[in-house]
Amino acid sequence: MPFPALVLAGITVAFFALPLVGLLWRAPWSNAWAYLTDDTALTALRLSLVTSLCATALSIVFGVPLAWLLARVSFPGRGAVRALCLLSMVLPPVVGGVALFFALGRRGIVGQYLDEWFGITLPFTTAGVVVAQTFVSMPFLVITVEAALRLLDPRLEEASRTLGASRWYTFRRVTLPAIRPALVAGAVLAWARALGEFGATITFAGNFPGTTQTMPLAVYLSLETNPEEAIVLALVMIAISFGVLLGLRDRWFGSVDRSAQVAA
Amino acid sequence: MFAAASLTAAFGGLGDAFTTANPDVDVRFNFAGSSDLVAQISDGAPVDVFASADLTTMAKLTDAGLAAGEPSTFATNVVEVVVEPRNPLGITGVADLADGDLVVVQCAPGVPCGSYAVQVFANAGITVTPSSYEENVNGVVTKVTLGEADAGIVYRTDVIAAGDAVEGVPIPDEINVVAEYPIAPVADAPNAAGAQAFVDFVLSPSGQDILAAYGFGPA
Repeated sequence: MPFPALVLAGITVAFFALPLVGLLWRAPWSNAWAYLTDDTALTALRLSLVTSLCATALSIVFGVPLAWLLARVSFPGRGAVRALCLLSMVLPPVVGGVALFFALGRRGIVGQYLDEWFGITLPFTTAGVVVAQTFVSMPFLVITVEAALRLLDPRLEEASRTLGASRWYTFRRVTLPAIRPALVAGAVLAWARALGEFGATITFAGNFPGTTQTMPLAVYLSLETNPEEAIVLALVMIAISFGVLLGLRDRWFGSVDRSAQVAA
Repeated sequence: MFAAASLTAAFGGLGDAFTTANPDVDVRFNFAGSSDLVAQISDGAPVDVFASADLTTMAKLTDAGLAAGEPSTFATNVVEVVVEPRNPLGITGVADLADGDLVVVQCAPGVPCGSYAVQVFANAGITVTPSSYEENVNGVVTKVTLGEADAGIVYRTDVIAAGDAVEGVPIPDEINVVAEYPIAPVADAPNAAGAQAFVDFVLSPSGQDILAAYGFGPA
């Protein structure tokens, strides 16, 4: 590798590593266990994991059909629809939260009917947290899966259909396995984004321990009163994320080769 | 200048008056929850003056040796219940907030406004379970203005500042708290002379008049 490029890469690694090293350095190791087993921390962690996994599940169930629509079905305005669905990726999360208010809040366009007819309110509830997280994380899955579907050779599916397989069978046994690496990568990205979501959650769902106070919110609030606790909580989140990224590394990098093979 | 979120309107006015009297000085503000600001100053943010919404948070600064002089109380404030215009739910006082069906929001207990709210509830002898703990008073006002929350606890000055967007339900003096706002120049300030000049201006009669116009009580 040419030396200047190596230097740049080295600086970049340091750039990413330095904040983490800083946290590890300032961490109050003697009190760490007390903070970790603290009620606030455990509640926030459990809530974060539950909501982010729900948001990921929703992203898969609704995101894959959307990705299919955007990749395979040609219709007027498809570009605009795609831009609309991916908008929340570039929108500042707090703006997303405010927008969700006006749509699904108590006085929102749809929200007011949810409240009047069904007595369902989303703000200040765990369901609201899941909605906010799904809103910001689904586009990551959609964009990854759509790319994989586009690269997929349609002849494989056509062959399956001409051999008599139903559409659902074809999707389940031909398409899904072929895009599995992209689907996994997309799901991991969506999950990571949902886990780290702060702005839309605190704006739309609010902040209350046990119901809506996810880890990022707990970290932010403890920064005010007890910075040491904030550092410990932050390290927990980093450890989990790091572990997941490390564990799925091979599948992630495998997607590039797999898609190329299938398209050939 | 780091100042508590509840000082946004008043310090905007003070800043304008100060700049008119001292045209060569550029005044810039950072408004947030007082506890957030102390954390930032402790981490080394270059600040000239700090104005807090309670004495406890200012004490964190002085205890850490980060204040350049003794803090002076420059204003007082009281808290009020904030509701939507025309008070559709007919809330008459703090006691009504104990109703479990009401969506009540307050500042997080770590923020001055939140700790005042907790005190008022204790004084009134009621238990209130809020739906959300906001990071600062502006968050509480916003949730009520948008119609998401039925009621909130904010400073009287916030109710005044929000104008027609909200309505305030006063809290009787017997159970209310008096919030004391201290101001102090920060140690190692980039502009120490300017910092002292601004503090002096805030404590001067003209500064006090401006604060009174925004609904603050006397120091």
